[in-house]
Amino acid sequence: MGKLLMLMLEGTFTSLRIFFLTLLFALPLGLLVAKGRMSRHRIISSLVNGYIMIMRGTPLILQLIFVYFAPYYIFGSSADRFTAVIIAYVINYAAYFAEIYRGGIQSIPQGQLEASSVLGFSKIHTFSHIVMPQVVKRIMPAMGNEVITLVKDTALAQTIGVAELFRVAQNAAAREFSTMPIFIAGVFYFVMNAIVSKSFDRIERKLDYYR
Amino acid sequence: MAVITVEQVKKSFSTLEVLKDISFSLEKGEVLSIIGPSGSGKSTLLRCITNLETVDSGTITIGGDTLVTTTDQGSAVYADKHTISRIRLRVGLVFQNFNLFPHFSVMRNLTEAQIHVLKTPKDEARQVANELLVKMGLADKATAYPYQLSGGQQQRVSIARALALKPQVLCFDEPTSALDPELTGEILAVIKELASEHMTMMVVTHEMAFARDISNRVIFMDDGLIVEQGSPEDVFAKTQNERTKRFLNRFGS
Repeated sequence: MGKLLMLMLEGTFTSLRIFFLTLLFALPLGLLVAKGRMSRHRIISSLVNGYIMIMRGTPLILQLIFVYFAPYYIFGSSADRFTAVIIAYVINYAAYFAEIYRGGIQSIPQGQLEASSVLGFSKIHTFSHIVMPQVVKRIMPAMGNEVITLVKDTALAQTIGVAELFRVAQNAAAREFSTMPIFIAGVFYFVMNAIVSKSFDRIERKLDYYR
Repeated sequence: MAVITVEQVKKSFSTLEVLKDISFSLEKGEVLSIIGPSGSGKSTLLRCITNLETVDSGTITIGGDTLVTTTDQGSAVYADKHTISRIRLRVGLVFQNFNLFPHFSVMRNLTEAQIHVLKTPKDEARQVANELLVKMGLADKATAYPYQLSGGQQQRVSIARALALKPQVLCFDEPTSALDPELTGEILAVIKELASEHMTMMVVTHEMAFARDISNRVIFMDDGLIVEQGSPEDVFAKTQNERTKRFLNRFGS
């Protein structure tokens, strides 16, 4: 039992690495994608829109397989499995985050931009000090949803052979002819997501100082 | 000396001609009211002067510098970015629905532009803000957030926010239209006080009695044109113009 838990903690560590690395890259990339989607240049916005449609319109598991195997068929070599997982998750989640950002940015009243413009703020200052702080507050509930989904989606990494928590649990289950490890994994995911949703609650409460 | 001159300004939104040929000037220390029915182009005119809208043709000068002028071919040519950002600060704008920054305290609403646009040192910016808050009767609201204030208080903060940049002209776009009738009085009192200090102002308003009281000059606009302009007495009491008469009758003044 002790050995099983050690293995599962190792698997959890891999899952957490996928989780944090995905957030680290997908959160800023998503903002860039949102900007592209809202671009006034028709070509840029439709290209970005196409990318978002593909990312949201096909299964993540398929994208994972594509990112891992496509380079092999084209260039004769693949990225290592873990890198492929991170790339696939980042481009997938960036698309979802982008749409959340876009909704938030477009919900800021035009009057805020006009006031900012009349007061002489630069575009950059307006975006970073007037628009984004208000966007962050508005998108927190939607972001919470997406981040919780990400915790559970890390389980898909096993598709291309990355030994994250769920794969470790399944292996153990097969070895011991018992479903117990899988249920233990369930508890692990639940605890991780409890922490995620508590954290989001805290952030939302912190942002509650204005309306 | 004219602080703002507007010559032959035209502006259309696709096929709708909102400003048909507007010319007037605003003298230093003058209070100019612009009245007229909804859709007559009053607000658009104000938005062109504050550079929130671009004109199709015509000339606008602010404080002696040209914001936009028109070539012989009839197309509008705007000043370069640098010049625009320099001269647009000469004109402050108070919005109908305040547009305060909800995530900033009252203090930061008043200091943000001073610090980041005018590059005023922080202490000095805070001092300017405090003086303005005292003047607006909001000395105790520096740490409050906009949502904690009444509409009238929010509008006074937004007037202070505009004044903090020391504009040469302060424009008001229907400053009392979003307020309860009980609260309009406090805003009108503030504007009156500014008028007594010879602040140059341009006020788009539906408050006829107020326009008559505080203005040195009144412009009546209808359908994208200036129908009539003159002293409040000329426009409100002695007008010979049928269109002006009809409008004033409808407003019961």
